[in-house]
Amino acid sequence: MSVQADPGYSLSSERLRRRKVVNRIMEALATLAALLAVAVLVIVVASVVKKGIGAINVDFFTQTTSTFSFGPSQSGIANAIVGSLVIVFFAILMALPVGILAAIYLNEFASPRMRAPLQLALDVLNGIPAIVVGIFVYVLLVLGSGQSALKASFALAILMLPLVARSTQEVLALVPDALREGSLALGAPRWRTTLSIVLPQAVGGIITGATLATARVAGETAPLLFTSSLVGNEVNWNPSHPLMSMPYFIFAASEQADPGLQEQAWATALVLIAFVLVASTIARYFGLRSRRRRSGKR
Amino acid sequence: MTTAARTAPTGPAALQRRGRFRFGDSLLYGLTLVAGFAAVVLLILITWKVLAGAKLSWQTFHLGFLTETTWNPVTEVFGAGLFIFGTALTSIFALLVAGPIAIAIALFLTELAPPWIRAPVGALVEMLASVPSVVLGLWGILVMGPWVVSTLSPILSTLFGWTPFFDGEQTVGSSQLSAVLILTIMVVPIVSSICRELFTNVPTELKEGALALGATRWEMIRGVVFPYSRAGISAALILGLGRAVGEAIAVTQVIGAGTKISFNLFSTGDTLASKIAASYNSAGTNLERSSLVYLGVLLLIFSLIVNVLAQLIVRRVARRQQGRT
Repeated sequence: MSVQADPGYSLSSERLRRRKVVNRIMEALATLAALLAVAVLVIVVASVVKKGIGAINVDFFTQTTSTFSFGPSQSGIANAIVGSLVIVFFAILMALPVGILAAIYLNEFASPRMRAPLQLALDVLNGIPAIVVGIFVYVLLVLGSGQSALKASFALAILMLPLVARSTQEVLALVPDALREGSLALGAPRWRTTLSIVLPQAVGGIITGATLATARVAGETAPLLFTSSLVGNEVNWNPSHPLMSMPYFIFAASEQADPGLQEQAWATALVLIAFVLVASTIARYFGLRSRRRRSGKR
Repeated sequence: MTTAARTAPTGPAALQRRGRFRFGDSLLYGLTLVAGFAAVVLLILITWKVLAGAKLSWQTFHLGFLTETTWNPVTEVFGAGLFIFGTALTSIFALLVAGPIAIAIALFLTELAPPWIRAPVGALVEMLASVPSVVLGLWGILVMGPWVVSTLSPILSTLFGWTPFFDGEQTVGSSQLSAVLILTIMVVPIVSSICRELFTNVPTELKEGALALGATRWEMIRGVVFPYSRAGISAALILGLGRAVGEAIAVTQVIGAGTKISFNLFSTGDTLASKIAASYNSAGTNLERSSLVYLGVLLLIFSLIVNVLAQLIVRRVARRQQGRT
């Protein structure tokens, strides 16, 4: 389809006016759509802040959660924060090395014929719903031997892997070939070139990608339901136990009618959303800056 | 430099060094190779294990599971019919609402907005995608639900009351309509960020050519931008659909776990993903647990098809564009 060059098209002023009106309407609708999306974000964040800020105090961070349905509303989420830290920490520990190594293979070693299907596999893995990953870890590890934070970490690591691998691969591809060739020409072996020349160049971008991936999985609930939901109310750092986490606490509390628990859920949501938004904004900012610097150099 | 150094290094030390070098290379190569195949191994393992987990339910219900609409733990009759219907209804409506909005946002960000507005607004729209789904669900039940009951459902009821989808009015906050709205919020940023990239890649000379021929901006968009990125837009919509179908947590929180098939968006319902999420601590018997995994199999198969399809389209588009430049 292309624009028709009808000679009578622009000569008729009536028709021209109608075309301009249609154009104006469409432009207004597009602007409205963008405004709507921004407004929804503002409304969601504002409600979380407004309803959650009241419950945030020192106790909120030092006390533990109370048992659902007959808990006093003056308690905290210390155990959920600790649990989230433990689960996400081990998820990073599993996903980051594998993701970075996979990206090195894809960018430094793989032939184009190898690369295409492996990238496709990463992208398809990225599209698998979190709840299915949860079900998978449940069948693979939880059935028979019970839940644990490490199993939850494994589920989150599966979600992180494609994000880390693809973002790392993208920054590795930006490292100029001249650096690799220079290093190889000086007699440095391939592994040395990769680890001491290529990776340091890309480290900023890798951290950006890893932070975005962490922010993304820190808020995931679905994989935790089947792997770390039979939890107690005490602070526990042991990853071989199922641990309370912030997303799971919000999910469980949101299903209760108790207004005290709901306020706690809002406050937890505020902590979670603050972490996620701050982390991803910082990561994006630095990612943008380093990209701009690099393109400026060329 | 001495002549000795200029000739190829010989002797045990040099050989050993070269050997170590080769060892380092093959070690890194081997490690990265294993990691590179991790995604493939995981995909196979996920498929295999989820299928194995659903075996008991498959042996009991076979394909009849797909059309059976009861889910009764007492009589041990389980079927996915209700959830397949609910998934299809909510996802299709979410995509119908989210698609045009997302494309419009992408157009605003690439064609309309002044450059200084693009980066911040684009970042805000993407930020919407990073709001955790459990937080969106919490907001969905406690803030959006009451608003839907008091404001949105009367409006929709008067406007579209003649269709089966908006018959009567909504009385409780949980409904299929709430699920559609929450899914829309989740799908819009994904589709719009893909479309934004597509629209940026439309060659400027084509756009300028259309404008130079006297086309208005909208005519240029319809005549140049859309046809050029048609395949990519469909891939973006397919990926959005995959996201909507797979979302479990937020939908569980707002859809109200209905047990009847109803086209009416004001009534409660259930989807494949939300049923799994809602039953995480209530599945008693082996057969019920296996049937939940069977629901997971359906989700898995759907997401595999959707993602492979979308990625193949994306790759074809990318190859075509590379060929042009």
